[in-house]
Amino acid sequence: MMFGLFFSLKTFAAAMDPRTDTKSQLGAPLRIGESCTFRSFRTNNYKLHFLESPSGIKIVLNTDPNAGDLRDNLSYIYGLYVEYVMKNPLYTPGEPFKCELFLRNLFQFVKTIGL
Amino acid sequence: MPAIYALYVINKSGGLIYNKEFVVMASNNLNDTLRLASIWHSLHAIAAQLSPAPGCTGIELLQADTFDLHCFQTLTGTKMLMVVEPNTPDVDILLRDTIYDLYCDYVLKNPFYEVEMPIRCELFDSNLFQTINNVHRRWGLLH
Repeated sequence: MMFGLFFSLKTFAAAMDPRTDTKSQLGAPLRIGESCTFRSFRTNNYKLHFLESPSGIKIVLNTDPNAGDLRDNLSYIYGLYVEYVMKNPLYTPGEPFKCELFLRNLFQFVKTIGL
Repeated sequence: MPAIYALYVINKSGGLIYNKEFVVMASNNLNDTLRLASIWHSLHAIAAQLSPAPGCTGIELLQADTFDLHCFQTLTGTKMLMVVEPNTPDVDILLRDTIYDLYCDYVLKNPFYEVEMPIRCELFDSNLFQTINNVHRRWGLLH
């Protein structure tokens, strides 16, 4: 359900884009980084931040609705993922992961955001 | 620079009943706009279901690279969407207070208007334009 939400939100944002005149047809497949994409949405009781890497890895952070722009923090988390998960020789790309070092650093970082 | 691009009104079953653009923008054709309106209707519902905390009523603000989309849902389930420049201030208040008032006064109180049907009210159009022009003038976009 979450993947469907992001997929549709990306299509929606690309189609709604008021600045680009040359938009592909609604529903046509989109390449990553090619068109306007969404970065967060806020509801009355949570805010969801979204970052998609060039390889299609999506990083999602659910926070309090009053949180500000967390794009830098998301790219830092992506950096942690690259360092501790992708560079782990025992990890097979595409599989679920359970890396202690990644978790430890992630928890430490989330505490420093201070929400 | 803050600017208001467009206003859309979606009825409670997800149909687009009003759309209006206020500045020159890359717009979609009517068919695509209707489809986008019903896509938004379902995204709004899914986001409310995915909430980590109970009592979520749906998306209020969507931030994308080139625009912000503010969504105000009335108590009866009608949604008012406003597409604006990123980081335009006070749009939620404008929607909730001013535009919703105009909708009540000139659309709902119009005896010839049938609820849930497309809005074709001249007075609503003209007052809406005046309001948006006033806001744009305040931001220095119009003289």
